[in-house]
Amino acid sequence: MELTGAQIVIETLIEQGCDLLFGYPGGQVTDLFDALYQRRDKIRFVLTAHEQGAAHAADGYARASGRVGTVMATSGPGATNLVTGIAAAYLDSVPVVAVTGNVPCDQIGRDSFQEVDILGVSMPVTKHNFIVKDIRDLAETVREAYRIAKSGRPGPVLVDIPKDVQQAKCEFTPAAAPIEPEPLRRASAHRLARAAEMIAEARKPYIYFGGGVIAGNAAAEVRALAEKIDAPMGCSLMGLSAVPSEHPLFLGMQGMHGHYAASAAEDEADLVIALGVRFSDRATGKKERFARHFNIIHIDIDGAELNKNIPAQLTVRGDLKDALIRLNEIVQPQTHPEWRARIGELRQEEAKRTAQSHAVRRNAALTHDSIIDAVAAVAPEDAVIVTDVGQHQMWTAQRYPLKTPRSFLTSGGLGAMGFGMGAAIGAYLAAGKRPVLFTGDGSFGMNLNELACAVTEQIPLTVIIMNNGVLGMVRQWQALFFDRHFSGTTLNRKTDFVKVAEGFGAQGARAETPAELAAALEKAFRCHTPFVIDAKIDTDELVLPMLPPGGSIDDIITVIR
Amino acid sequence: MEKQYVIGVLVANISGVLSRVSGMFTRRGFNIDSLTVGETESAGLSRITVAFRGDDDIKERIVTQLEKLHDVKEVEVLDEHETVIRELLLLKVRNDAATRQDIMAAVEIFRSKIVDYSKEALICELTGETSKIDAFIDLMKAYGIMEMCRTGIVAIERGANCLRTLMERGQ
Repeated sequence: MELTGAQIVIETLIEQGCDLLFGYPGGQVTDLFDALYQRRDKIRFVLTAHEQGAAHAADGYARASGRVGTVMATSGPGATNLVTGIAAAYLDSVPVVAVTGNVPCDQIGRDSFQEVDILGVSMPVTKHNFIVKDIRDLAETVREAYRIAKSGRPGPVLVDIPKDVQQAKCEFTPAAAPIEPEPLRRASAHRLARAAEMIAEARKPYIYFGGGVIAGNAAAEVRALAEKIDAPMGCSLMGLSAVPSEHPLFLGMQGMHGHYAASAAEDEADLVIALGVRFSDRATGKKERFARHFNIIHIDIDGAELNKNIPAQLTVRGDLKDALIRLNEIVQPQTHPEWRARIGELRQEEAKRTAQSHAVRRNAALTHDSIIDAVAAVAPEDAVIVTDVGQHQMWTAQRYPLKTPRSFLTSGGLGAMGFGMGAAIGAYLAAGKRPVLFTGDGSFGMNLNELACAVTEQIPLTVIIMNNGVLGMVRQWQALFFDRHFSGTTLNRKTDFVKVAEGFGAQGARAETPAELAAALEKAFRCHTPFVIDAKIDTDELVLPMLPPGGSIDDIITVIR
Repeated sequence: MEKQYVIGVLVANISGVLSRVSGMFTRRGFNIDSLTVGETESAGLSRITVAFRGDDDIKERIVTQLEKLHDVKEVEVLDEHETVIRELLLLKVRNDAATRQDIMAAVEIFRSKIVDYSKEALICELTGETSKIDAFIDLMKAYGIMEMCRTGIVAIERGANCLRTLMERGQ
């Protein structure tokens, strides 16, 4: 059948399994929006308050479900507003397809109204991007975008479509099914055999896993390996939720704000088995320290990650799930009683240091710990925990008891404040599970406009603002490394977040005591609309432990007096 | 140990591909000594030759990052001993009665060619390996180089090995 370019795009989105489209209209996508109107029975459109929110929503949709998230925006400012969201998806390997309109082909390059070279702008933050100048390439390009987004290590893909291409007409034949991702590369049997040998020789193995475990659907296999070879596990921020927090072999997140026992265990190990990680500076600290006294086996789907940040004795490129299933078959069961005892000591040391740290804490009625514990006590079992970026993010990552993969969504690589609102909306619409957003007064201020969208879409979202009146994470660095010069980090706003919530048509409550918090949570989790809890915490509370940037476990700060 | 590497890259012959390749170098902090691009025997494929200095680790990172680019079809590090490397130079030098004979002698010894002759200037054309080009330029400095441009290197492996065969085998 002959369709317009705009219709072809929408038909192809439907064919690729897109049931939900986040976005914002504008001059160069009016044709696309008209085609969308015609097929509103097939694709639900979610209008956000800002394109950044739409991009984060598509990202949250993908993170919560594992499916490709889709977002659409107009040319120029619409497209540039997507960029932070696309970059967040890129740094965390999230499959997103972004469709942007552009000025007609004959106006490109003339600095036309709302014209931006979004291809050039987005090139460093997309897995790939396209501009379609010939309608005959349109359907195949959109399909290819989905294929690239979900193949191998996932990532965002942008398709830019000039207005005249949207308006041109062309024959279109729908595909019977969504395009298949490229077949996953399989790990070499030889290298897996070598890995099994190294594991057999190890006396103190440690598993360090990351987001690749969640993206690669390999959580069960990681646990099985840990249990079979009796190895403690730690993870990067992106790995959180892959393994239940209470798993006896799980020590928690490692690295800059990770658990003492996890970072220390890694440092003392004689073999680090790195699974679906990229050895981010935030997770590893001092590079030179690495590989000083342990061997590394690094398994990842992306060959460019192997030996990129940390050289490994054995690199294995391939699909993690498949590699681990095969590795688990050939490794011999092991027990390491001495190592296990040492891990027990490290856990005790961690508990002792935590207690010391608490002992010098100011007497605030609410602390980040008490807030997280109160939420965890009453939140639904299957709640999706979302964070923004800053101190609250690290506290939540350290403490919130997580149970199942994809139940913890956070902007890890990019560290984009303002990620949370959009991501929570997208996550709910993808998975239908109640989202809880932990945020700060800084992060929430960035994209609180998305309350408008959350109210319209009736998202039963609980927002918990850990309100300390400052930009706490940067302030923490100023406190520790800049002689307490609190430059540009004091908010001291007069914003009334409860009134803000009410102004958007949501509900809210202020909490300054545990009783007020409990009452607010009680209401929030019964509510079918967004509910904002403004919880006051102390201004000077720090995220501990802290490995100073570039530092090692020897430099870890666990108590501030 | 730092040394110069030359890599051959087969890419899809579509707009933007050069930005993607050169952008990867900029973005990740790798320096390019020379980059050339041109069409190949197969329609739809262009070949980029990149020369850069670095150690083995940097070379590996460059290769693996290039391989990740969607429009890059094949990447090969060319073995310096098994590769023909050439560069083309066009050099405009002052045409002066006092030095003309010396210039002509140098042109002959280097197997260069005079491709333009005017009262004030001569244009010499020279192909060869980078070291030969450098030596010629060095020599010409004394006679007053007015302007020059060099193409950067192109390189192709000796024998029957072809990048495209590698690409087809990989697919």
